[in-house]
Amino acid sequence: MSATYEVKPAPPAPAAAPAVRRAPIPRPSRWTQARRSLRRHWQLYLLVIVPLAYFVIFKYIPISNAVIAFKNYSPVKGPWGSDWVGFRNFELFFQNPVFWTLVKNTFILAAYTVLASFPIPIILAIALNEIRNGRFKKIVQLVTYAPYFISTVVVVSMTILVLSPRLGFVNDAIGLFGVPAVDFLGNPDYFRHIYVWSDVWQTTGYSAVIYLAALAGIDPALHESARIDGASRLQRIWNVDLPGIMPTAVIILVLGVGNIMSIGFEKAFLLQNPLNQAQSEIIATYVYKTGLLNADFSMATAVGLFNSVINLVLLVVVNFVAKRITGNGLWS
Amino acid sequence: MTITMQGFRRTPKPDTSQRMAIEETRTDKIFLVGVRIMLWIALIAVAVPIIYIIANSFSSASAVSAGRVLLWPVEPSLKAYQTAFADPQIMQGYLNSFIYAIGGTLISVTLTIAIAYPLSRKTFFGRNVIMSILVFTMLFTGGLIPTYLVVQDLGMLNTRWAMVIPSAIGVWQVIIARTFFRSTIPDELYEAATIDGASDLRFLWSVVLPLSKPVIAVIALMYAIFQWNSYFDALIYLKDPGLYPLQIVLRNVLILNQATSGSTTQNLAQQLDQQQLANVLKYALIVISSLPVLVIYPFVARHFTKGVMVGAVKG
Repeated sequence: MSATYEVKPAPPAPAAAPAVRRAPIPRPSRWTQARRSLRRHWQLYLLVIVPLAYFVIFKYIPISNAVIAFKNYSPVKGPWGSDWVGFRNFELFFQNPVFWTLVKNTFILAAYTVLASFPIPIILAIALNEIRNGRFKKIVQLVTYAPYFISTVVVVSMTILVLSPRLGFVNDAIGLFGVPAVDFLGNPDYFRHIYVWSDVWQTTGYSAVIYLAALAGIDPALHESARIDGASRLQRIWNVDLPGIMPTAVIILVLGVGNIMSIGFEKAFLLQNPLNQAQSEIIATYVYKTGLLNADFSMATAVGLFNSVINLVLLVVVNFVAKRITGNGLWS
Repeated sequence: MTITMQGFRRTPKPDTSQRMAIEETRTDKIFLVGVRIMLWIALIAVAVPIIYIIANSFSSASAVSAGRVLLWPVEPSLKAYQTAFADPQIMQGYLNSFIYAIGGTLISVTLTIAIAYPLSRKTFFGRNVIMSILVFTMLFTGGLIPTYLVVQDLGMLNTRWAMVIPSAIGVWQVIIARTFFRSTIPDELYEAATIDGASDLRFLWSVVLPLSKPVIAVIALMYAIFQWNSYFDALIYLKDPGLYPLQIVLRNVLILNQATSGSTTQNLAQQLDQQQLANVLKYALIVISSLPVLVIYPFVARHFTKGVMVGAVKG
């Protein structure tokens, strides 16, 4: 080791002791810091080259490629060589009769998902936290967590099989009450409920785990003093547990609302069929069809970009509001 | 880490139920009964569809087609499984999925550590800038078509690379690994190793990695399960059926109702048999495809949760 000195970001100039007055040591410029760090830790910089290249190639070049939203893309000329058309693709999309249907379907589906899948894991976590029986609790947790690991294709297949008018047990069950068999997937009115509740089925156990951790972090002294004051279990949940998990809940809600427009393509696409398309066609599935099936690259990119921008704006706004109201946000 | 895991605890907690039972008031007792009923409902709601699928998969084709199976196999039969395992398309899909899961996980874990470790070091100048570059990609993406164009330009369309490279690094996993390195590898350890003459790479290889087995296991599992379950990349990048992962084969059979093996239609009775077999085959396929994940899941759930929590701690 030739250079034996330790490089640290120089501490702010030490407060001069009253007795001895010294000139403050100048903090090295950022440039000097960078050079020193690079010389001493070149191996670390070597390590990050490939991963950084990955992010540039697969995340940032696509962002620059998104310029074709403002162009008439021609595969021969490439993204940057194609002819500019300004906002024409966006205008065409906004004028398209399908535009409002897409926005409405996407928004309702996402809002419904957030509303339904926000409170249920909290209830499950609090219920699990209340009981002391180790084995039962463990079984409930293990079973409710399991669907999270099942693939979307399988969950959708299970949903289709279980709801099948001829074979599924749901129709058998409602048949017991004399209700005729319902073709759930063939009716657009059922699509959102199927989408949302199969999602709740799959993710509740997983989300509950996050709240359980937050509940475990609550100071037991709070519970004990509440109990001494004669608070019932319900009162303790309301006044101790719920405030305790509030920061976690806010973050999860912000993430949920912020991602409202980027609701998953996979599941909507898999649950979609020509019969329920009136409500199951969302922006993501439309982008896929326009872009890859009809090969209208510029239009598909414009639609996708519109979606991304709305999403980013929503996330920033919701985060700002959440921070104003509760003091908790995603980033400070 | 101050967060203690409430769930999946291995060491039993001292049993306080006896003492609690005495203190419990009447309303609280009623409340607890309500809580238990609620948990039973949750348990049943999640478990019944799964049991229903498994029971059907082990039943005879005629019982399944008549809708006679509920929670226990009727006329037990392994016919569906034999058919599935004899089907070349399904087996090829299974093999492909294994290749993608193992290969993809190796690539992903290597790259994730390669960037997460430097980002965890205070002496790494520019780590905040790099972190922002990464986090921004979580908030804003170029979209489907612009990414597709990149993959196309790289000549990866319709190759195995398209399955493992474009989704190689997850920012979330980088954050998990970085947080772990930062909270468990003390600076003193690095200083000691430097005095002994270890370089950065040597320190990473001989000290950090052996100490980080738990987090490596967690992110490897996350990547492997993600890769096993994903179908979107295959849907848009692959054309050749010989490269299809299991999930695409599943979608074709289960959702699009495409027959797997070339069914030669003979007389009506045989057609009916084929149709009935196709029904029960669906259930068997669901079990077969989810089995690898669900078998390892109870053993890894604890670590998985912990990993998620490590990443969730801010800072």
